[in-house]
Order: sequence, then structure tokens, then C-alpha cells
Amino acid sequence: MKHSHPAKHPPVRELSPTLAGISRRELLKRAFATGAMTVIGAGFIAAPDAAWAAEVSVITPEQMAALVQMARDIYPHDRLADKFYVVAVKGYDSEDNKALVAEGVAALEEAAKAQGHESYAAIGWEEDRVKVLQAIEGTTFFQTVRAGLVTGLYNQKEIWPLFGYEGESFSKGGYINRGFDDIDWL
Amino acid sequence: MVAKFDLNDDSVVVIIGTGAGGGVLANELAQKGVKVVALEAGGRYMPEDFINDEWDSFSQLAWTDARTTTGSWRVHKDFAGLPAWIVKAVGGTTTHWAGASLRFQDHEWKALTNYGKVEGANLLDWPIDSAEMAPWYEKAETKLGVTRTGDRAGLPGNNNFKVFEKGAKALGLKEVHTGRMAINSSEYDDRMACQQTGFCFQGCKWGAKWSSAYTDIPRGEATGNLEVRDRSHVARILHNDAGKVTGVEYFDKVGNLQMQKARIVCVAGNSFESPRLLLNSASSMFPQGLANSSGMVGKNYMRHTTGSVYAVFDKPVRMWRGTTMAGIMRDEARHDPARGFVGGYELETLSLGLPFMAAFLNPGAWGRGFTTALDSYENMAGMWIVGEDMPQLGNGVTLSETKDQHGLPVANVNFDDHPNDVAMRNHAYALGEEMYKAVGATRTFPTPPYPSTHNLGTNRMSEKAEDGVVNKHGQSHDIANLFVSDGSQFTTGAAENPTLTIVALAIRQAEHIASEMAAQNI
Ligand SMILES: Cc1cc2nc3c(=O)[nH]c(=O)nc-3n(C[C@H](O)[C@H](O)[C@H](O)COP(=O)(O)OP(=O)(O)OC[C@H]3O[C@@H](n4cnc5c(N)ncnc54)[C@H](O)[C@@H]3O)c2cc1C
Ligand code: SF4
Repeated sequence: MKHSHPAKHPPVRELSPTLAGISRRELLKRAFATGAMTVIGAGFIAAPDAAWAAEVSVITPEQMAALVQMARDIYPHDRLADKFYVVAVKGYDSEDNKALVAEGVAALEEAAKAQGHESYAAIGWEEDRVKVLQAIEGTTFFQTVRAGLVTGLYNQKEIWPLFGYEGESFSKGGYINRGFDDIDWL
Repeated sequence: MVAKFDLNDDSVVVIIGTGAGGGVLANELAQKGVKVVALEAGGRYMPEDFINDEWDSFSQLAWTDARTTTGSWRVHKDFAGLPAWIVKAVGGTTTHWAGASLRFQDHEWKALTNYGKVEGANLLDWPIDSAEMAPWYEKAETKLGVTRTGDRAGLPGNNNFKVFEKGAKALGLKEVHTGRMAINSSEYDDRMACQQTGFCFQGCKWGAKWSSAYTDIPRGEATGNLEVRDRSHVARILHNDAGKVTGVEYFDKVGNLQMQKARIVCVAGNSFESPRLLLNSASSMFPQGLANSSGMVGKNYMRHTTGSVYAVFDKPVRMWRGTTMAGIMRDEARHDPARGFVGGYELETLSLGLPFMAAFLNPGAWGRGFTTALDSYENMAGMWIVGEDMPQLGNGVTLSETKDQHGLPVANVNFDDHPNDVAMRNHAYALGEEMYKAVGATRTFPTPPYPSTHNLGTNRMSEKAEDGVVNKHGQSHDIANLFVSDGSQFTTGAAENPTLTIVALAIRQAEHIASEMAAQNI
């Protein structure tokens, strides 16, 4: 949304199916935790409960994990599952964005260290992660990620019902007989 | 039979742009037997093509060719390449518009006389007034089927309106209703009644809202006197040694440069593209651009003093259901300098879907302050401020260093708020927030202006040739067979949404052009 016309969110490849066949215990054993996400080596990150997993081919799983955490901290909605944030930033796993992400995540980690943390994603409290983000707020990396999320996150039709938004209505005949004036508490 | 005119036919009137101004003018002239070629940069989309989805519709209809911005307005910071949210399609921005259709108030035609000199503002009286415009307004209201005019009933109020109305009444405000809307409250003019779909900004799929795309344009074509060439981008207006315009050069569907001869050229590309075209048409005879001896082409740009107020309540509103803008409060539309500003403003209901709300509620904001607002989206109500802003010499369109896909310099739009605009906006924010608090709002959001939807004044109308670009018929002071037919003619902006006035002026201009042609004056 920063320049000219707002891009639609980047095309998202299907998420890898949850890692069928790998037990939760084994998954955790093979992995090391980065905040809410788990990097499973070999180009995968996954939720600790294996509710979703994403494959990366260009950027590192750690970078993807940082992006997902960053997306949630920029636009935190407690009722939105991680998978929506993953979809929103999945487009950064591309040659075009490789350098931007590498430099950006490095700057993010540096800012975290400067504030006395081991790494950004490992910070326990959102408030503390936000302070780290504020330190890099002026960078192209931050502004690109934030601007991209405006459509990348909020234009996912799957999240609309969680906000009550009903979307397309023409095929249902509009709201003329479906509550355009049904407010009952005034 | 749809007409097809020869490129060398120099008896035709060429109209550039097919929106509120150009689309109406094309049909009105065609009905009078005048031959018209309308060149439209965008493609053709009908109700069945419109999309009930904010971003998909934006991609389909919006003007996204390059533009640049400068100035202290917040749009420059947040939407540097998108100074206006307007349309590139047959029908122009009447596909997007919400339909609010108000006449100017009497005093607004004479802003300089009635407001006096305002420092930093370039106020001027229109060379026409209410009495002159009354019959043309009536024709425009009949054409658009405006509710609450003639014998047309008002629209029913939706949830968003009910909250708005209750708040206004609680504060003792008087003139509150569901608006004068170019949206059918019952079947009218072969178009059906509003189904309360709630995507008025995305093109009305029922055709209940007036747009020139599916009314005036096909009717003009049915006369056999109008040929509309879509995806035809006019690059330059040509003239002869006598200083009369002779035709236009345009890039056709496949990008080839064509030349269409003309007896008369009418520019109706909206307030950025019309002055850009006149400036890009500079020649050795007219080095400052066409029709620009006054130096006013591109100057005095107005966008209305706008802003929105959204509010969250403890219970659901579901403001997106039903008409996007059918609700108005007009008590503050009067001129009353005791409030600390000249001119007045209207408050109108407004709803955005979740995707646009995320983009426009507070551009650039992030974190919980922002996301908790969206978490309450279902419980939100919204309104829009539209008030008279001050024309200023420094606000406007110049040619940019940036070039478009055809290699033509694009419009740079410079804008700074006038202190009068700021004072008015703050007054309106405070009142809007009061209205919602009076119905129990738990949180309110004074939301900054969006990319401009109302674009006015960059080829202003004036009595004297040295003060403006066109005379009281929209005819350029310098070149008798060159007209301006869109909102860029506005001398001042008034507090009302502009389209009804653009349409009334276009109907009036058609009458003038046809009679001047018949008299062989042009
Ligand atoms: C979301 C939204 C809501 C609105 N709601 C209201 C409302 O409720 N009430 C109201 O009064 N107004 C409203 N408006 C404003 C209204 O749409 C405009 O005032 C009106 O359409 C302007 O008419 P116009 O003829 O000046 O330009 P437009 O309708 O914009 O038409 C200009 C046309 O010219 C074409 N063009 C430009 N340059 C060239 C070129 N070089 N060659 C060929 N073609 C060209 C463009 O593609 C476009 O189709 C709204 C606008 C928006 C965006
Ligand atoms: S609310 Fe009415 S006018 Fe608006 S798009 Fe729907 S049917 Fe058309």
C-alpha cells in the first residue's frame, strides 16, 4: 500500500500438509524452538502442535519464523491462528526478497541483542518484542513487511468471518431481506 | 445502430472521458443529433462484470496509471502514488460513486462575495448562480432519479444510518435523513430498486445506482450519433494556425497512435487528467499549454475538506449491510463564520469493508491500538465529512518528471491544507465523535482523509478571462471550440458532493454547444 496501487497479497503456494507420519514428540525432538514457532530443520517451520507447517526454499526457516512472529506483532489479533500470518508472509520466500529478508532479519536480531535479548522471536512478552520492532520501524524492511500485510493479511477471505465481516452479498440477494436494518439495541 | 465515424471526419465533437461530465454530455449531444466520438482511456464494464470485493474491484476499475504527489497532505506520505481514488473505465468514476446528489446552496455560488477575502485562498464568484442553475438541476435530478426530489421517495435507513440518526437527534440536530441519492428507492427509468447489497463503491450489480456506464452511454449509442472508443488514451489536443483546435492524438487499444479530427473538443478526464492534457498539448503558439493564457490551468485544486469518524459500540452494528452512503446531517452546511471557519460541511454515513478499513482507518499505524479497533469491526459505525475547502494557487497539477506507459509526463499533485480546512475538519471531527458518544460509543476514531474522491477546480470557470480557464458555459476563454466538461470547471467547491452539479453543467453545456453549432458560431 505504500506506493501506487496496492498489490494483492502475493500468490501463496499451498502450505505443506502437516507433517503426517511424524509424531509430535519426534517433531519437537528434531526441532529447536523459536518463540511460538518451531524450526524443524530441512527447510521447514511448524507450529509446536504441528497444526501447520510451512516449507521454505530460498530464505531460512529461522528467517521465516522471525517474519511470522513479526507479522503477528505488527497486527496482533489473538483470534487469528498463526497459519493466516504464515500465508501473509509466505511471499517473502523468493529470490526477489532474499536480500531484503536477510538484511532485515539481521537488523531485527541486532536490535533485539542491543535491548538485552537473546533473539527477537525468543522474547516472551509482546510489549518487549514491540520495543525491538520500534527500533527498526524506519527501515525499508519493516515498512515493506507492514505495508504488505495490509492486503496480505486482511484480504484473506478466510479471516473475514472472524471479524464478523460477511463479504460478497450479491449472490444472496443483498441484505434487503437479510437484516440491513436489523439493529435492535438503539 | 452504433455509429462508426471516420478518423478524418472533422464534423464530429470529440469528448475525452466518459464519466459524470463526459458521459452525460455525449448522450445529451447525441440526443440532439450531434455526432460524437467519445474517447475513453479505460475499458468497458457492465453490472454483470462488477465485483463485490473491495480490492478485486479496485484492480478492475481504479485509475492506477502513474501519478506523483508533493505537499504536506497526509495522502502524500501514505499513498504517494495514489493521490486520487478514481476510475479508468467507460462511465468513469460514476461506477464507483456512492450516489449522494445535492444542489449547491445559494450563497456558495458567490464565495468571494459572501465569505470575503480569506488570506491565502484564491476565492472567486462563479459566473452563474442558483437561479440560473435551478432548471438544469431539475433535469439532472430527473436523469439520475435522485431520491427526495420530484416525487421520488427516500431510501430506507440501514443499521449504520440508524446509529447516525439517533446520535444526531440526541444532540438536537435537525436536518437528518437518508439523503438525496441517485439510487432507486423503487423501480425507476428501467432500473430496479436498491437491494441493500452494500457494495455501492464497487459498482452496483443491480443497476439501482445511476452510472453513465449503463444509462447515458448506451442510450447515446442507440441514437446512432455516438461512437465510444474504449481503451483510447488521448495524448494531445491539436490546433491550427488560427488557434482553433482541430482534433486529438490518442493511443488506441493496441497502443498505436491515432489522430481523430474534430470540429469541437470537450475535455472531461477529471481534475488531474484534464489539466494534464491541456499542459501536455503545449505548442509554439501556446507554450504554456492550451487555454492557459490566465496561467490557471492546473491551479486551485480542491478535494473537499474530508475525513471520517468511526466509532465502536458495545453491540453489533454491521454497518456494511445496505447502502454505503444513504444518510446525511446538514445542520452544519450553512455559512457561519462564528464557528471559526468560512463555508460549511455535511456529515454522511459511510461504511468500508474489512479490507479497506484495514488500509484506511489509520494508514501506517500498527500494533494493538490499531488491531483492537479492527477486532471490533462488527460493532463499528462510520461517517464521512464533506465540506468546502479553499482554492489555493499553490495547490494543483503540474507535469511531473515521471512518464506513463505512453511516455507522457504524468500529473504531479501538490496539496497543502488551508487553515480554514483544518479548522473545519476539527469542528466536524468533534461533532461526529459527540454524535456517536451520545449513542454510547466506547471508542471513536477521527480518521484522516483518503486519497481524493472529489477532485475539482483545476480549470476554473470565471467571468473574466484573466481569472480562469473557461467561461460560464465551460468554453475556454482562449479557444472557442475547446470546452471543459468535468469537475475541473468548478470555481469553488461548495459543501456538497459534486456530481449532481457536474451533471447539471454537462446538460447545460450540451444545450449551448448544440445551439452554437446550429448558429455556425463554432
Ligand atoms: C468511492 C467514491 C465515492 C464517491 N461518491 C460520490 C457521491 O456520493 N456523490 C458525488 O457527488 N460524488 C461522489 N464521488 C465523486 C464522483 O465520482 C466524481 O465527482 C465524478 O465522477 C467526477 O466526474 P468527472 O466527469 O469529472 O470525472 P470521472 O467520472 O472520473 O471521468 C473521467 C474519465 O476520463 C477518463 N480519462 C482521463 N484521462 C483521459 C485521457 N487522456 N484519454 C481518455 N480518457 C481519459 C478516465 O478514465 C475516466 O473514465 C465519489 C467518488 C468515489 C471515488
Ligand atoms: S446498496 Fe443498493 S445501490 Fe448500493 S450497490 Fe447495493 S443495490 Fe446498488
